[in-house]
Amino acid sequence: MEVIYILWLRQIKRYLRSKARIIGSLGQPLLFMLAFGFGFGPIYQKAGEGNYIQFLIPGVICMSILFTAVFNGLEIIWDRQFGFLKEMLVAPVSRLRIMFGRCLGGATVAVLQGLIVLALSFMIGFRVTNAWMLLPAIVFMFLVAFLFTLFGTAIASMMKDVQGFQLIVNFLIMPIFFLSGAFFPMDGLPKGIEIIVKGNPLAYGVDALRGSLVGLNHFSLWHDFTVLGLVALVLLIAASYLFSKIEA
Amino acid sequence: MMIKVNNLTKKFKDFTAVDNISFSAQGGEIFAFLGPNGAGKTTTIKMLTTVLGPSSGTIEINGFDPVKDQNQVRKSFGIVFQDSSVDDELTAYENMLIHAVLYKIPKKERRVKIQQLLEFVELWDRKKEVVKNFSGGMKRRLEIAKGLIHHPAILFLDEPTQGLDPQTRNHIWEYIKKMNQEEHMTVFFTTHYIEEAEKMADKVVVIDHGQIIATGSPEELKTQTQKGNLEDAFIALTGNKIREEAADGLTQLRRRFRH
Repeated sequence: MEVIYILWLRQIKRYLRSKARIIGSLGQPLLFMLAFGFGFGPIYQKAGEGNYIQFLIPGVICMSILFTAVFNGLEIIWDRQFGFLKEMLVAPVSRLRIMFGRCLGGATVAVLQGLIVLALSFMIGFRVTNAWMLLPAIVFMFLVAFLFTLFGTAIASMMKDVQGFQLIVNFLIMPIFFLSGAFFPMDGLPKGIEIIVKGNPLAYGVDALRGSLVGLNHFSLWHDFTVLGLVALVLLIAASYLFSKIEA
Repeated sequence: MMIKVNNLTKKFKDFTAVDNISFSAQGGEIFAFLGPNGAGKTTTIKMLTTVLGPSSGTIEINGFDPVKDQNQVRKSFGIVFQDSSVDDELTAYENMLIHAVLYKIPKKERRVKIQQLLEFVELWDRKKEVVKNFSGGMKRRLEIAKGLIHHPAILFLDEPTQGLDPQTRNHIWEYIKKMNQEEHMTVFFTTHYIEEAEKMADKVVVIDHGQIIATGSPEELKTQTQKGNLEDAFIALTGNKIREEAADGLTQLRRRFRH
């Protein structure tokens, strides 16, 4: 238990100490909130869909969680370059526990980042329909965060160096983000896109967050919860296996 | 036997880093594993410490197989790596604490042990400083302090004293020798300071181009080569040619960013 705790704490400390990184990673969500929120707002309204900011913010929160979480998992590549990975690999505790602690830490960091974005969104006029629903929203944020930290960990466990990093960002993270329904409603999409979106775990996170924060959802919250939970479980198994196979 | 290696081979594609080596070390022995750069020392240590799978051959560490019983093997040894294994965004104390938790040092003893070891390597005053601000020598000392927190059956030291001044080196070797004598701990180390091996080792194995070329006590190797000290014996065994070492991860990374 303590092993999990100390590795969780390590991720939190690293996060809190890099103020520049915290502020830097707020730039992108802010830009999306302002440019998309205000830019597409009028068209969205004209289409009779209501307030676009209300629709968009849960998606932007999911975006920051996605990026923070995946990058936190991918940080294992840096642990490898700078040496700390070896410390974890030879430790006389199961690698499952080591990975679990690390991922819980990464997920917590991603949730914190998501909460900062949520707080910022209040300043540009975002309103939650029911304050009590913030609790399930945080649960969903954590689930999304944990899932994508595991995803990053699984990928990083297979990589020897940072060379493939750009590839992962452009061909995995960006598509996951853009094809999640973070910007557009899931109703009435062309069939091809609809299939892709429905196969994207982040879509269920966006839907759940939108459902709990502003009451707009495509699936039911239980449906979202089940899908996210199952994907997280599969990734937990995959990431544990791959992490246990890492060689130095 | 504490360490038993039989016909161990490691191939990376068409390059054979370790070529059919066999050796053993008894419990309580101080064992020096010497060789020029790129001879296969670190690759061998990686295989002994479960972080790299062998291509063929068998290994026994404290009676366990590093391929099959990884957890048992990991419980049997401690290691000081050749390059950094600390998190340099954390403080010296935090790094020691993580290590103490990973190696199950009881909660009550942790603070005392960490203080004792950080004082030993003269870093206690800087315990709250982030490791990335440390000089090379300080990082090295922290690395050693970390490796000595728990007292395993076998201690692996991969060039532990590299870049340290003679005073610190002596100081550290005294400590290791004491652990070896008081707790019958087996010490397996590599070094380029051949005089350390001459002074400390009960048994020396010389490896070159992935193969073992000599085994014996420092005395035996000197007699065998008819040299007055182990350093000359080492050169007589391995020749005068200068070796290229494969670049480590960090060097590769730096090169990549330079282009």
